[in-house]
Amino acid sequence: MTLMWILLLPLLGTLVPLLAAKWNRSACALATALPPAIALMLVLLHTGQVLSGETVRFFLSWIPLLGLDISIRLDGLAYLFSLLILGIGLLIILYARYYLSERDSMPRFYAYLMLFMTAMLGIVLSGNLLQLWMFWELTSISSFLLISFWWHKAEARRGARMALTVTGAGGLALLAAFLLIGQVVGSYDLDVVLASTDVIQQHSWYPVLLVLFLLGCFTKSAQFPFHFWLPNAMAAPTPVSAYLHSATMVKAGIFLLARFYPALSGTELWFILVSLTGLATLLIGAYLALFKHDLKGLLAYSTISHLGLITLLFGMGTDLAAVAGVFHIINHATFKASLFMAAGIIDHESGSRDMRKLNGLWQFMPITATLAMVAAAAMAGVPLLNGFLSKEMFFAETLHQHLLGSLSWVIPVLATVAAIFSVAYSMRFIHDVFFNGQPKGLTKTPHEPPRYMRVPVEVLVALCILVGIFPAYLIGDLLHAASASVLGGVVPEYSLAIWHGFNLPLMMSILALAGGTLIYVNRKHLFDFQNTLPDVDALNSFEGGVKSLIARCDQFYQWLDNGSLQRYMMLALLTFVVLAGAPLLELDTLWGGRDELPIDAVNATGAAMLLIAAFATVVWHRKRVVALLMISVVGLMVSIAFTRFSAPDLALTQLSVEVVTVILLMLALFFLPHKTPKQSEAPRVVRDVSIASMVGVLVGSLSYALMTRPLSSISEYFLANAKTGGGGTNVVNVILVDFRGFDTMGEIAVLGIASLGIFKLLTRIPIFKPSSDGEGRPWATERHSVLLSTVAQSLLPLAIMVSVYIFFRGHNLPGGGFIAGLITAVAIILQYIAQGVDWVKARMDVEYQRVVAVGLLIALFTGVASWAFGKPFLTSWFDYFDIPLLGEIELASAIAFDLGVYITVVGSTLLILASLGKMTTSHRPVHKDTI
Amino acid sequence: MWHLITAPVLLPFLTALLIMLPPVHYSPMRRRWLSMISSAIQLVLVVILLLQVQQQGLIHYAVGNWQAPFGIILVADTLSVVMVCLTSFLALGAICYGSAGEDEKGSFFHPLFQFLLMGINGAFLTGDLFNLFVFFEVLLIASYGLLIHAGGKNKTKAAVHYVVLNLTGSAIFLFSLAVLYGTLGTLNITDMAVKVAALPAEDLMLVKAGGLMLMIVFALKAAVLPLQFWLPATYSSASAPVAALFAVMTKIGVYALLRVYSTIFGENAGPLAGMASDWLLPAGLATIALGAVGALASPDFRKLVANLVLVSVGTLVSLVALQTELSAAAALYYTVHSTLVTAALFLVADLIANQRGKAGDRLVSGRRVSQPILLGFIFMVGALTVAGLPPFSGFVGKLMILQSAVEPVSRILLWSLILLSSLMVIVALSRAGSTLFWRVSGTESGGGKAPPLQVFAVIWLLLASPLLTVFAGPLTTLSQQAAAQLYDTTTSRNSILGQYPVQESKP
Repeated sequence: MTLMWILLLPLLGTLVPLLAAKWNRSACALATALPPAIALMLVLLHTGQVLSGETVRFFLSWIPLLGLDISIRLDGLAYLFSLLILGIGLLIILYARYYLSERDSMPRFYAYLMLFMTAMLGIVLSGNLLQLWMFWELTSISSFLLISFWWHKAEARRGARMALTVTGAGGLALLAAFLLIGQVVGSYDLDVVLASTDVIQQHSWYPVLLVLFLLGCFTKSAQFPFHFWLPNAMAAPTPVSAYLHSATMVKAGIFLLARFYPALSGTELWFILVSLTGLATLLIGAYLALFKHDLKGLLAYSTISHLGLITLLFGMGTDLAAVAGVFHIINHATFKASLFMAAGIIDHESGSRDMRKLNGLWQFMPITATLAMVAAAAMAGVPLLNGFLSKEMFFAETLHQHLLGSLSWVIPVLATVAAIFSVAYSMRFIHDVFFNGQPKGLTKTPHEPPRYMRVPVEVLVALCILVGIFPAYLIGDLLHAASASVLGGVVPEYSLAIWHGFNLPLMMSILALAGGTLIYVNRKHLFDFQNTLPDVDALNSFEGGVKSLIARCDQFYQWLDNGSLQRYMMLALLTFVVLAGAPLLELDTLWGGRDELPIDAVNATGAAMLLIAAFATVVWHRKRVVALLMISVVGLMVSIAFTRFSAPDLALTQLSVEVVTVILLMLALFFLPHKTPKQSEAPRVVRDVSIASMVGVLVGSLSYALMTRPLSSISEYFLANAKTGGGGTNVVNVILVDFRGFDTMGEIAVLGIASLGIFKLLTRIPIFKPSSDGEGRPWATERHSVLLSTVAQSLLPLAIMVSVYIFFRGHNLPGGGFIAGLITAVAIILQYIAQGVDWVKARMDVEYQRVVAVGLLIALFTGVASWAFGKPFLTSWFDYFDIPLLGEIELASAIAFDLGVYITVVGSTLLILASLGKMTTSHRPVHKDTI
Repeated sequence: MWHLITAPVLLPFLTALLIMLPPVHYSPMRRRWLSMISSAIQLVLVVILLLQVQQQGLIHYAVGNWQAPFGIILVADTLSVVMVCLTSFLALGAICYGSAGEDEKGSFFHPLFQFLLMGINGAFLTGDLFNLFVFFEVLLIASYGLLIHAGGKNKTKAAVHYVVLNLTGSAIFLFSLAVLYGTLGTLNITDMAVKVAALPAEDLMLVKAGGLMLMIVFALKAAVLPLQFWLPATYSSASAPVAALFAVMTKIGVYALLRVYSTIFGENAGPLAGMASDWLLPAGLATIALGAVGALASPDFRKLVANLVLVSVGTLVSLVALQTELSAAAALYYTVHSTLVTAALFLVADLIANQRGKAGDRLVSGRRVSQPILLGFIFMVGALTVAGLPPFSGFVGKLMILQSAVEPVSRILLWSLILLSSLMVIVALSRAGSTLFWRVSGTESGGGKAPPLQVFAVIWLLLASPLLTVFAGPLTTLSQQAAAQLYDTTTSRNSILGQYPVQESKP
């Protein structure tokens, strides 16, 4: 459980600075430092176990289905990295206390920093691949937040996004690699994976998963050709650069190389990919570092170069090279972090990072200068400093490898070349900044930093020297333990002595020092040459790349989605044609075996009228009133067809729906602009006609196929049970109110909602009232015809009588609540038409939405009532009663339900009508132009 | 308590009606409170229902006491109840958000909202295909009304497209039901599966045509390429709480696809087994790609989120097409996650737009937001979640999805599309976030502070994300159970049709 706390403490630590925000800066920094300090102590508690080669574990099941568990695993390598992360992290907290200005939000900075620390610790302590990936992505995110800390600067925002994009892409590749490894091995547990070397390497996916894995490592560790994000991440505050972008986060990729070294390395592919990438990065970084005028830029490229060096070491495939790699990780972290902090001090106290302005700072800040020079010397590989030792080991290993067969001698040569440049840029760092004349054009006079801002640098530089002089005493055990976990337990013999005698690696070192000095002295020529090369600005090209990607996406999107409903419909209908048509192609015949009915004169006439009316609707669709009339003919023919084929209920319904629809549409037409949109071009007409025909052909064919098939369905059950179970002889009605009463309840709800929607739409639409019809004839001035109003008034009681009759006979004979409702509605609509809205409103002041609600409520409560009898919702009940005068009468709960239907239909229809009608009355303002 | 299964349908129905009637109707505060309280009660009830289903297994309820296959039945299995729980959870957040003032910008906001809930819940719970059509109509007609809430040219135009396409969809739905009923003679989903399994050869192709037409309807509802065109404009122009609730509407289409094509046309369907996969997999993958492209191309944040909805739909449809238990489990977990986070993001977009002055949520430099820390944090959590980055629920969903693709070809396709689209989404979101929060002109903020109720609503929805991660263990197990139950057609058939002898198919 103490292991869990190592992770939890920094995580809780993200909250500490936010809570301590009100305190003074030092107190805030101190409070922030507390959790990681305790975590560091917890790590140190395990020193004995880890150095003796033991692996400490903690396990908690989390998502077993995915193989994602909380698994913490502390071995030598994890221990080493934890020390680096927490140790340097603490120094950074101290340093940032002085680095950040009053205007910067220190709590926010510390919170991000602690988040990053948690993520980084999570990576190194993970014993589960998926958990590792989780923390891996968290480092990208916290790095994004830290780089963009000064978000008002454009380069900070862009640099942050670029880093996120590159490392994010790598993270996704890594995820794919981990998933593949997990599927190959059958477990995401790190111990299992590390023990499955043969299984992984002999699997056919090995090349794919290796490439994906390396993509993840290389993007994170800024290896060529993904190195470009790192220099641009330097827009971050310097503590961030020192911590994330030199000491820890960029080492995460290398950590992974080390972590999975036992499982993935040892193959030809690994050697080639890893070592060549490392070599290229080493050279390019070292060369470019020399030409950077920005202090942090120089250090950034130098970091790239050193990361390349470590990668190359892991790529060589010898055990000693791996040991050297681990050693250089430690050394690079110490000297580079101190150099970054020194650069930050210089920037902070002199106001510039430009080496063309910074000169002769020795006289202003001698102590800082001394510290920086020692660290830079370590970077250059000067003897008696830690950088020298690991570089010696590196040289020795370049001499022992056989990567390129007979051309293997190239590698030590190139390594020496890189070392020469490394010396050259280190010299530039020292000489340009601290000597070389006087400062030029600085805005303020440089001076030493506050006492405690220098402490972190002093600590790290002291380590550089001590490790450089007493390597075996100081870190011998640590290096051994860490190397043991990289190499799977067996560590080769190696010596950490300073003096190995006068051998070839030493010669290479001396050559590098001499050559570096030579190049630095003659740097002017090289600078001139470099200036003739085109300057590639990664930030701008990246930003340009993203912009053009977005532009392309936009172009494509606009091309595909032009905002035209016609296109959407075309695609929808074509989808229909393809999907419904494809199966029919495989069908031999549509005919299903039933005999067709003979065609008689009546049927033929009806069909012909239907066709003609439908066709006429299409032809005259631009004359809306005519088209409407034609549609109503279609509706009429359909209801006649229903009657002819013995479906009187449907016919009645269809008829009344038709009447109401036509009236409402007439009202709606009144408000539509009289000019119809321009006619489609001929090709489009052809297209549309073809699509429509295809749809028609399919619908017709399918209908024919269905109608000629014998059907056995659940309808027979309905026929058999309507009277006995539902208490009615009109099966259609019993289906509506009983068998499928739930559907009916839904459908009347739809009707009610539709009326609400129309009300909602029309009360908000600022539509104007036309004063004349399409041909310019003014509307009749006589508002209400006397004849019509007289007839309408006398019809009303009659119509209501009819609807009551229709309603009650519904259960046994054609009729029912729905039809009755429509008839009532039509009768009332007639009053509106004849007398106008105001007249009706004066006599019948009802809010129709309440009528709708009451109707639905009746239906709902009828259904719920059956709960009282211990039956499911909407269970019907009926019985026969002998009532004096009337005789035997059937009472059924379905009647109550039907009443709900009736009221809802009336309410909805009238609400729609009233909303449309209201637009013509004084209830709403009339548009000025039309008066 | 055995009527509990009707509550998700009847409670919002009753609430909607009560809000339309006195005494609630008169005051906005009463309407709001009734709406919110009812949604809270609904959430409690559906959680109880979920526990019931966990204990008893599949529950079915014969409405009107007419047993299946003759009457309509409601079916509560883990899948459907989880979807209802999701809807209720989402609805509570959306209603709270709307109750901070948005609801008074037009009439009938709360009744329509409750009707929409009735339709959605009904669609999830019904075991009858025609009843599904009815509930589709209920939810569609309510959504038409809600879409135009608060008015405006964009909304009206988007609404016209939405209505016309969906009416076409409804027509196709009806027609496909006619074809299926005409061949199978039944509308109960379980019974249809029985009939399809014993289908005579001459009817195969007709049923296939009917089944594929049904797929068009569901694909239109889910917004799958090439039927997705209505979505970006509709979702980005709807008012925020409506857009948030709409986030679950596409999932109804996905749910119906999953239900129909793993039950009726599942592995027992003989020659018709898996007939939808050939179409759904490419369509789903293409939808992912289009959503990612659209996310990059989006000129404003709302459009971006709408396109993220497309990505999630594409992902889900691809999962449905894989037709395995694991993919169905992944789909369920991912549905819950993606619905809540996209809904939250629609609300976040509104909060941001309200504080940036004229620039609104367009991705151009604008005024400073007045609550940068709060909104920035909320945005960050939402963005990480939706992009599938740790530590929030998105990455659990992504892991589950990637692991569920086992077959080589679909693995390569699905993996590369999901990973690439993730990257594009990361690019799009980092660009959007840095523009919205960091590219500021002037020092003035562009609007007042957000009402606490709205902030609560957003946090309510986003809170789900860490919870989904922390309790991912039991929740993934739950998804797996739901998937197992879905594919265990024998048990559900015996339970639903058990009382009646299964009719032999026609000779």
